[in-house]
Amino acid sequence: MEFKEKLISSHLAFEEDLYQNDRVAQARASALKVFEEKGFPSKKEEAWKYTSLEALIQKDYALFPKSESSIELNEVKKYFLYDTDTYKVIFIDGVYSPFLSNTTHDGLDVCLMSAALSKPKYRQLIDTYFNKIAPEDDSMTALNTSYAKEGAYIYIPKSVVAEKPIEIIHFSSGNETALWLQPRNLIVVDENAQVQIIERHQSLKEHPVVTNSVTEIYVHQSAFLDYYKLQNDLPSASLIDNTFIVQEKNSHASVHTFSLGGKLIRNNLRYFHKGEHILSTLKGVTILHDKQHVDHATLVHHAQPNCESHQDYKGIFAERSEGVFNGQILVDKIAQKTNAFQQNNNILLDDKATVNTKPQLEIFADDVKCSHGCTIGQLDEEALFYLRSRGIPKKEAKALLTYAFANNVLESVQLPSLKKRINGQIAKKLGVNLGFEL
Amino acid sequence: MLTIENLHAQVEGKAILKGIDLDVKAGEVHAIMGPNGSGKSTLSSLIAGNEDYEVTQGKIILKGKDLSEMDAEERAHEGIFLSFQYPVEIPGVSVTNFIKTALNANRKAKGLEDMPASELLKKIREKAKLLEIDSKFLSRSLNEGFSGGEKKRNEIFQMAMLEPALSILDETDSGLDIDALKIVANGVNKLKSKDNAIIVITHYQRLLDYIVPDFVHVLFDGKIVKSGTKELAHELEAKGYDWIKDLASHGV
Repeated sequence: MEFKEKLISSHLAFEEDLYQNDRVAQARASALKVFEEKGFPSKKEEAWKYTSLEALIQKDYALFPKSESSIELNEVKKYFLYDTDTYKVIFIDGVYSPFLSNTTHDGLDVCLMSAALSKPKYRQLIDTYFNKIAPEDDSMTALNTSYAKEGAYIYIPKSVVAEKPIEIIHFSSGNETALWLQPRNLIVVDENAQVQIIERHQSLKEHPVVTNSVTEIYVHQSAFLDYYKLQNDLPSASLIDNTFIVQEKNSHASVHTFSLGGKLIRNNLRYFHKGEHILSTLKGVTILHDKQHVDHATLVHHAQPNCESHQDYKGIFAERSEGVFNGQILVDKIAQKTNAFQQNNNILLDDKATVNTKPQLEIFADDVKCSHGCTIGQLDEEALFYLRSRGIPKKEAKALLTYAFANNVLESVQLPSLKKRINGQIAKKLGVNLGFEL
Repeated sequence: MLTIENLHAQVEGKAILKGIDLDVKAGEVHAIMGPNGSGKSTLSSLIAGNEDYEVTQGKIILKGKDLSEMDAEERAHEGIFLSFQYPVEIPGVSVTNFIKTALNANRKAKGLEDMPASELLKKIREKAKLLEIDSKFLSRSLNEGFSGGEKKRNEIFQMAMLEPALSILDETDSGLDIDALKIVANGVNKLKSKDNAIIVITHYQRLLDYIVPDFVHVLFDGKIVKSGTKELAHELEAKGYDWIKDLASHGV
């Protein structure tokens, strides 16, 4: 049986298990139909031209873990921001781990999607927000929706500033031979509220894992969302991340994506503007080696006047790794005085590494400032000579220049402990000890 | 200290240096002057190990060791320092962190442990004072947004920290106003000792009023066509380079 068929036939058993919220059940059913019709995306589609899921879906995956896996805290502590007090929503093989988590209902909700989908007190919020901005015609998103059950549910009420950052971590234990995960997150940041969120997906053993994740985020008037995606998984893990953000007037939504490890990563990150004076920030650092593949597909839809968006993605590719950047900026006719900026710079460290970068600007307003630039190059030889002439060996000199290249993206990371962590991971990824705390 | 024997070099098949001989002893300051395109910068970056140039003949020997097969970093470990005409910007790496990395890389090559932090800080303060550099400057990203004067001062600061045996100052005077020039020259003079040597590469005589050379060499079309004492620099300043060109074309 093909994996697609398994996904469709397993759905009946899945639905029987659940509390029935009619609208949610309806959404799941129609999403399944979309997936059944469209199937997995193929390279024939423009949006998937450079990223093939073919090899991934040849395999068979468990959709539900057979047994609950427990993990010792010591095993996974290193994946937490252990030197910072945080709320935590932790899952093991898709199942919530109360033992590792630190949730709250005190002044804000940091809890589970399964609870939000089933408890009557969340009914109204679910009706307002669930599956409202995830596009219905996207097959991977539809697949996720059809199995939407578990993930993080975060609600920051009006004027509340979340005092601690929130970590959402999905571990896969390796107890299943191959695992297909479909977390579904819903995040609502109400008027004037602020929150910092860190999301990561981490396998604990080498085994095939595919995560097809959907996150819907609502950033209301004058609210601030500061979101960090840490993608540094084992080489056997793949991630298809679909994140959809709606912003109301005067809000700021910032997403940093650090792609440092994994087999195949696809980041669909889409912003939609529903008010004026919105700021959207999209930044990324990608450092890959071996045959790793990362595809950033971004879209900022300027649908209102006087808004700003900044996209800045840096890529560093070694060995046979592959990078794709497809950055879309859409400016509606009414979105006058839009200021949209996009930058994608890449360094190829080896001959066999490749990058495909494609800025895509569709502008229907006439009074806008839009700029984009992409570069693909090697490390500057003159700069390398400068460092080496100071006695710094070639390898360290390259690392230092690579670090400098990625630096302005790191500079905007607002959490010092996270910044330090990412610096450390980058240094490790570059294979050197730079001799000082970056 | 440094001996260059019959050095020929080319870049992309084009001969740039056509037989250079030079002997620099410890405690000496040599100036190499010459018009644009004569090969001055090629010579300085060749000594420092720039791989853009190919040595086709001859040798560069530092303290008895042939540098030919050595990488740039190995030459630095042996005591070569090049002050760049156009220092490179490194965003996100502070002057302090950069010099710490460089200094400890040199120590590691000599089999020494990293310099203890307190000792390093003391040394940084002392050398920064010598070049009238304030502490805010030290925490800025290396060369990023520096003025011409700040870049050159920072080069000499690195020279002060690394204490090389042979320093080559490539057009250190370019882009400097007279005040910055004096600070840089004063710093270099204080770093001069009987154990080290300095080669000053310059187009103009101006810098040589402040860093007084023991010998002046005139480079033209890849060859040293005339050598003399500091008076030669004055003569060049007065007469320009045209008579040197005549000299070269008639054979010396």
